[in-house]
Amino acid sequence: MRWALGAGLPTAGFFPVLLAAGLVLGVLGPPIERLLRPIYDRDESFQLLLTFALVLMFEDVIRFFWGTAPHQLGNVYLAYGTIRVGALSVPTYNLVVIASGAAIAGAMGWLLARTRFGRIVRATAENREMAEAMGVDMARVYTRVFTLGVVLGTVGGALVIPATAAVNEMGIDVIVEAFAVVVIGGLGSMRGAFAGALIVGVVKAVAIATWPEVEMLAVYVIVIGVLVLRPAGLFAKATA
Amino acid sequence: MIVRVLGVAAAAALVLLPLAGVPYTTTLLLPAFGYAIALLGLNLLFGGAGLLSFGHALFVALGGYTAAVLTGLGVRSLEIMLAAAAVIAASVALPIGILCVRYVKIYFGVLTLAFGMLFYSFLFKFYTLTGGDEGMRVIRPVLLGQPLAQLDKVAFLTGPFYYYALGVVIVAAFVMRRLVTSPFGLSLHCIRENPAKAESLGISVHRYRLAAFVVAAVFGAVGGVLLVVPTGLADPLLAYWTHSGNLVFMLLLGGFEHFLGPVLGAVVFILLQDAVMSLTAYWRFVFGAILAVVVLFFPRGLMGLLDPRRSPAS
Repeated sequence: MRWALGAGLPTAGFFPVLLAAGLVLGVLGPPIERLLRPIYDRDESFQLLLTFALVLMFEDVIRFFWGTAPHQLGNVYLAYGTIRVGALSVPTYNLVVIASGAAIAGAMGWLLARTRFGRIVRATAENREMAEAMGVDMARVYTRVFTLGVVLGTVGGALVIPATAAVNEMGIDVIVEAFAVVVIGGLGSMRGAFAGALIVGVVKAVAIATWPEVEMLAVYVIVIGVLVLRPAGLFAKATA
Repeated sequence: MIVRVLGVAAAAALVLLPLAGVPYTTTLLLPAFGYAIALLGLNLLFGGAGLLSFGHALFVALGGYTAAVLTGLGVRSLEIMLAAAAVIAASVALPIGILCVRYVKIYFGVLTLAFGMLFYSFLFKFYTLTGGDEGMRVIRPVLLGQPLAQLDKVAFLTGPFYYYALGVVIVAAFVMRRLVTSPFGLSLHCIRENPAKAESLGISVHRYRLAAFVVAAVFGAVGGVLLVVPTGLADPLLAYWTHSGNLVFMLLLGGFEHFLGPVLGAVVFILLQDAVMSLTAYWRFVFGAILAVVVLFFPRGLMGLLDPRRSPAS
């Protein structure tokens, strides 16, 4: 859902603008978080349902503002040129995206492990009542974490656009894949999410190159395998 | 009391509708009948056992494709299609259920979602077997051995098929009613309220959940068969996760605590969708908003509004 939002901005002309567009959309975080707040205490299934409701709504919001035709930014992708690595020629933009991914992952790791904010977030995840008793303002932590999630989602969406195109339905497809990634890595595990994303990405790429029919299939086979064999995810032990 | 009067009135309206000379509305209700049956099954899981499946569309699609494959093999009898769909759904649901019922809450939801998407990608990508995104054709079936070839499509759908589908809904509702009030249904309810206590009372939690899963799948597939006959097409979107989401939406809209909530939810969803779609192209936005309001403020759905005192037990 948030990916598609970031993707929907056709005005962005080059890389920094794409990033900025992602960041600006962070302002949407707090109001959406406020809407979700009443159901934190209910079964997570209801949260899943409310997310589904938001996906439905955002899809039409995007349709309203940007129409149904895909938006492309072909020139940005090519403007970065290509780099020769040995015998291969790699589009520079792909390397930029990979570098951004690594940089963001590193920054998130630093944020969670080394800063005061990160410690509070981890404490909250560990034991909400206790953190609250220690004087942590839970509502603010939730708002910030959620907004951070929105920003990362939109930046991620913006990054893939030059290579592909912004399509209406991208949010709907991405949301299940995002679920797959998080489940493979283990809910609540940062390292797991990173590993899960790598696994899903690589498996899809390999499948497309070797046996295209199983591209989607393979991802869900892995999800089911992980859930059945290690329900807590591959990185269950890691905190935060 | 109000509910009973309204229920009788609604049932009478459904029986008399084809005679009112509004073929559009009559055909509109046909998918609602298919959905109603699928939702009765889904609600055995959610309202009965407290497990929210996000992959129920898998079994609806399974029913639809069973009908399509049988059509391709030259089978025309709808009864055979329904029976075959039920058997296939049960045999597919058994192994999936064994894996899924060990989990509850979000893990159950995500696992069922993954199985649904697995089936979707199979239907979508294996073009030679399933027709890929074009789906598979379902030719008009024969009802109770009557060919009815002299009727045109609308007359067939609004006449014999309408009553056939309504009849299946009534039978399905009756069977489900017996199930939820049986010791099996009561045990499920006990599991939903307190699994640890149920276990200590000698109820095998996993086995009961598995049984509920299989029964739900059978209802889903039977609903799926009825769903593809009016459109004449089984396509992969039947198994897509948004379709599962819509099923849960309908269930919540109707009210999962009440036995007839699923039927009400299916009918209201279909009529509402038609009404909103005729008003605006942005009907998904309206539906998203409705779902959000239902989840946030009316978790008991329309039945909860009609009948606030009704205990969850029935």
